[in-house]
Amino acid sequence: MHSDAFDRYHHGHSLIHHLDPRIKVVVTIAFIISNAFLPDGAWIAFALAWAFVLFANALSGLGIGFTFRRSFIALPFALAAITVLFSIPGEPVASFRFMMGDLTITDAGLLRFVSIVIRSWLSVQMAILLVAATEFPKIVHALNHLRIPTIITVIISFLYRYLFVLADEVLRLLRARQARSAAAAGKNPGGNVLWRARIAGHMAGQLFLRSYERSDRIYNAMLSRGYKGELMTIHPHHFHTSDLWIGALSILGLIIMQIVGRL
Amino acid sequence: MENLECEKDIVKVKDLHFSYPDAHVALRGVSFHLCAGDKVALVGPNGAGKSTLMLQLNGILQGRGEIEIGGMRLTRDNLPLIRAMVGLVFQNPDDQLFSPTVFEDVAFGPLHMGLPEEEVIARVASALEAVRMTSYRDRLSHHLSVGEKKRIAIATVLSMNPSILILDEPSAGLDPRARRTLINLLRDLPITMLISTHDMRMVQELFPRTIVMDNGQVVADGMTKEILDDEKLLNEHGLEKP
Amino acid sequence: MHYSPTPLHIPDGFLNLVVSLICWAITAITLSVAISRTNKSLGEKQVPLMGIMAAFIFAAQMINFPVAGGTSGHLLGGALAAIVLGPWAGMLVMTAVIAVQALLLQDGGLLVMGANILNMGLLTAAIGYGLYRSVLGSSRGTKLVVAGVAAWLSVMAGALATALQLWLSGTSTLQTVIIAMLGVHTFIGIGEALITVAALAFILRTRPDLLGEQSVSAQGGRGWVFAGIVISMIVVLLSPFASTNPDGLTRVAQDLGFIDSAQSRSGPLAGYSVPFFADASASKIAAGIIGALVVLTLAFVAGRSLQKKS
Repeated sequence: MHSDAFDRYHHGHSLIHHLDPRIKVVVTIAFIISNAFLPDGAWIAFALAWAFVLFANALSGLGIGFTFRRSFIALPFALAAITVLFSIPGEPVASFRFMMGDLTITDAGLLRFVSIVIRSWLSVQMAILLVAATEFPKIVHALNHLRIPTIITVIISFLYRYLFVLADEVLRLLRARQARSAAAAGKNPGGNVLWRARIAGHMAGQLFLRSYERSDRIYNAMLSRGYKGELMTIHPHHFHTSDLWIGALSILGLIIMQIVGRL
Repeated sequence: MENLECEKDIVKVKDLHFSYPDAHVALRGVSFHLCAGDKVALVGPNGAGKSTLMLQLNGILQGRGEIEIGGMRLTRDNLPLIRAMVGLVFQNPDDQLFSPTVFEDVAFGPLHMGLPEEEVIARVASALEAVRMTSYRDRLSHHLSVGEKKRIAIATVLSMNPSILILDEPSAGLDPRARRTLINLLRDLPITMLISTHDMRMVQELFPRTIVMDNGQVVADGMTKEILDDEKLLNEHGLEKP
Repeated sequence: MHYSPTPLHIPDGFLNLVVSLICWAITAITLSVAISRTNKSLGEKQVPLMGIMAAFIFAAQMINFPVAGGTSGHLLGGALAAIVLGPWAGMLVMTAVIAVQALLLQDGGLLVMGANILNMGLLTAAIGYGLYRSVLGSSRGTKLVVAGVAAWLSVMAGALATALQLWLSGTSTLQTVIIAMLGVHTFIGIGEALITVAALAFILRTRPDLLGEQSVSAQGGRGWVFAGIVISMIVVLLSPFASTNPDGLTRVAQDLGFIDSAQSRSGPLAGYSVPFFADASASKIAAGIIGALVVLTLAFVAGRSLQKKS
């Protein structure tokens, strides 16, 4: 019944699960910034960063290879960096023909390319763990606490709440389209691209109108419960000493990585 | 039409008229009153004006005529107070539950009434207790079944400690088990109730008094038993005896 | 129903810190203006409307249609969101969409989100709304054509901005990334244009009041038309220039201090250039044709809005 494809939370009771969501968000972002700061070719520091990721995985009770298995999601984007292999001057490592010319991979190029890919690969794993060990509404609470403007966090909350409702509607529209996409014997089904685009556009238009009308009803429901135009939020999270310690230790770890990376 | 005297009026409606912007006349002089503790069913064919009437009672739609809630005249200025007294639950629970978690939805009402955080948390707890769903506090709304959503929707207004609960088609779309749970819940809630419904068996079981609406007017208002025995009345207004 | 990342969502690690922070600064400033402006124009209803619209854009991105050879057209939605909600609300909605894509699905990074919001949320909304606004009083046909062009241009603008950010971060060589990004998005942009126009046609037919003169959609001022045209012109002029004359752009960037000579040593000035495009006549011609078509449309649009003033 649900488009559960959008549920990323893995239930658990680990240290990481119970950690204050603000700490988790801050450490995740600090980790990503730290990776960006590490110089190219800082292999030991990268290894320390990976150890950090593995350690966090283990602490979360989701298995040490949890994020590793899911980490290749951004790999296709590595293509964007591929030119760097050939364009940085240095000692040639390999050479091959490509169309009308020769392409030469240099050692400096290889170093840079691998560094870019590793940074991305490490950062995405921390983001994966964050959302796997923290319920999304709690992440939104953390954003609120961290002073992200309320209007934006509220739109995000609504998005999350109604995403599944609308995704179900889209699935129904797609299925209805499928059910009517028969082929007459001997003819090619599908119509031409323009026609298909029109149908897709109509589905989007339908969805838009239903959504617009739904927003009216929700507005009435909000009014009925006292909404006067200003949104109030509750701040349910309170720091425990252990949260602050874990946060501080994590930041310390990142600082150590930075130092090691520049030795 | 009977007009029972009561010691405390919760809702008093006098000669209510309302037309939509597209000129469709929805209410043509509706009058009735509800006493504290009344459990009243509002029945009638689709288009009779039942939903329109409900939206008048907490000021979302504003027509001509007099409305008094708990002795207070409904005016633009005291809408916030009125809305705290009138707990309106819409038909589609996905419209009513608009927050990511159950806790946040049930907390919305008391929070926007300006109550302090501890009070809000306490109200959430007692509202969930009243609908027997205390364990659902931290659940995500989109994971709930229709029946669960409907009961949480009731909790979202109960947390405001209203004087009257108004429900629009509460048993629509529920499977027999969920419907039975809801009926038991409504029976046990000690609060004045006005329920719009097509579920005549529920009306017979739960509501001693029934108001029949058709074409924007109240055509009958009295003891449920008598109304359900009046075949001519039922036929005329598209109703069936359960 | 599988949700697949698009080539415009930059992951973490591909932009350097400076570029990320500059993009965050631009995004933060623009969004704070957007927040104060939407307060005025939409009032109380804004929250549930924008919330649902964000969910709509997100869900609408799941609607696809097969184009050719296994690829399919998708909706990005920035132009559409701005046309129906107005520019500022459109930006806030797209911001929420991009944020959730990054946080929940790792489609796009967290540190680079400022750039992603700029590329897919701000530029698209500016162009989409700016161009559409100029034909608000025109016939349905004109509106739809302009909306289609605006949608296509919005995707191209996002692609161009992404390419420039990747180049300035030293992740990609300028010529290759611009040609690749613009090339791919020329076709993706067509899909965007088609769906946007079809959706808009549907809405104009069923609820024209939502897009009429009195609606939320018409609230943005004429300044938007100016902004939309300016950004479009930048896209149109910069793209062919950058793809056929990367050295020139690199020179300009050096002079302005965007890249230092150390970085440029690793860039096109090192003497390497893509052999295929060394001649560049084919891409020059293509760029020229596309440029001419777009300039003609923009001239038309600009002419109309000037006409209105007098």
